[in-house]
Amino acid sequence: METIARRADEIVDEFAFFEDWMEKYEHLIELGRALPLIEDRYKTEEYRVHGCQAQVWLHAEHDGGVVRYRADSDALITKGLIALLVRVFSGQPPEAVAAARLDFLGRIGLDEHLSPTRKNGLAAMVRRMKHYALAFSETAKN
Amino acid sequence: MDTLATRTDAGTAYDVEAVRAAFPALHQTVYDGQPLVYLDNAATAQKPQAVIDRMAAYYRRENSNIHRGVHVLSQRATEAYEAARARLARFIGAADPREVIFTRGTTEAVNLVAQTYGRAHVGAGDEVLITAMEHHSNIVPWQLLCEATGATLRVVPVDDTGAIVYDEYLRLLTERTKLVAVVHVSNALGTINPVRALIEAAHATGVPVLVDGAQAVPHMKVDVRALGADFYCFSGHKMFGPTGVGVLYGKEALLEAMPPWQGGGDMIETVTFERTTFNELPHKFEAGTPHIAGGIGLAAAADFLDGLGLDAVGRYEHELLEYATARVTEIDGLRIVGTAPEKASVVSFLPGAVHPYDAGTVLDRLGIAVRTGHHCTQPLMQRFGIPGTVRASFALYNTRAEVDRLVDGLRKVHQMFG
Repeated sequence: METIARRADEIVDEFAFFEDWMEKYEHLIELGRALPLIEDRYKTEEYRVHGCQAQVWLHAEHDGGVVRYRADSDALITKGLIALLVRVFSGQPPEAVAAARLDFLGRIGLDEHLSPTRKNGLAAMVRRMKHYALAFSETAKN
Repeated sequence: MDTLATRTDAGTAYDVEAVRAAFPALHQTVYDGQPLVYLDNAATAQKPQAVIDRMAAYYRRENSNIHRGVHVLSQRATEAYEAARARLARFIGAADPREVIFTRGTTEAVNLVAQTYGRAHVGAGDEVLITAMEHHSNIVPWQLLCEATGATLRVVPVDDTGAIVYDEYLRLLTERTKLVAVVHVSNALGTINPVRALIEAAHATGVPVLVDGAQAVPHMKVDVRALGADFYCFSGHKMFGPTGVGVLYGKEALLEAMPPWQGGGDMIETVTFERTTFNELPHKFEAGTPHIAGGIGLAAAADFLDGLGLDAVGRYEHELLEYATARVTEIDGLRIVGTAPEKASVVSFLPGAVHPYDAGTVLDRLGIAVRTGHHCTQPLMQRFGIPGTVRASFALYNTRAEVDRLVDGLRKVHQMFG
């Protein structure tokens, strides 16, 4: 299985191809569009990550020792960033997700979106992803 | 139409490039060399050099605590601070500087009235009347008051253009109404409310009126006595002054009768453990060391605005608003939210099928600062059935060329998300 670090490196390589911010954003928008839609039953308050402007929904399940995430947003740039996070974290062991550092967004020059002041829900979503992972790893131990 | 006359007038009387030159923050590039286009003035305005200089001069030569010291610096600081109060009284046409209470801003001013006048005069079964276009800061203080006293909050609806439904206002104004709290200019839509008429109608039934003027003072000459306002609140930072300072104007008789709010230094006359007597107006409502530099800087902002002439500013901005309205509607699918006949220079819109956050993010990368979201008016957004808008809010230093940059930016947004 590819590790989180390996997947992050792949994303960094992929973005190195783009010359300016507009190409990067256009790629993000494409990734957002390609992200499988979350089922409507998860688009509820229970699964909503509060981030002020863009609405974000996140669902996680523990499946055969790994965490599987599904997520969505009504804003496409946010959705593209979510697609990157899902790609890196989904299918990984919960312990690895809980311990992971998220420096790849900085390496592709998009870490400004992780700032809580952006109010796009992304920082809150990363926290929520890690909370799920922590909870799953605790359950697995018991 | 008097468009030509207005244009000639504004063209000769108002030199926007000279105005821009007074604002250092406007002359910078962001990201990869994009010249900044600052269209988030309804959130906060940039500061002219005169305000920055005045505050720096205070800290360099006058800094001291006020009202208590016997030494020369304390006297200088006290004189400057009290002169600032008098200057702001003149700026809004108050009868006396005693009617000008310095606060942290509009929000604190509204809370002060809710917790003093409100606690003393609003009880179970009474009503406080607001409108559907209020900022959260003119909703929540009244909700808190109503919860504490058993009173009810009533809301005057707005129509599809974002104008107040006047007949509904008259209908909701009853003998149960103890206070009307209304915004002068809507931050989210730009609607200018007919506050003078609203106040007259309220006074006819003996109801006092608080006006949230935060978005009015940067755009128009406000005369609190001509309006008849009982309370008028505004913030320094939206009228080109510093953050952290604002004004509560109140009619002297009302302020005199109100109990103090926050306790502490400066607001007292004598203190013993048995009993405290309170200072006179305006100090009764100013506990603790205030934002001295802020008050003085705010007076410099008032000088700046009166120097330009708010009537000239208003004419210039009106023309800019018409231009911006016409230009952004060229964009396919774009819908302006807030089309009331009387508007300040705010254009709030939905950029077609693109999420406001996406549009704002791309505009930002192009150097264009706008606000996206609900603009702290969630009930108003619910009224229009939308989660939020993109808001371009113009100030006295914005130009047609900047409107053009916004329109080009929006075309780019459509190209990227289309």
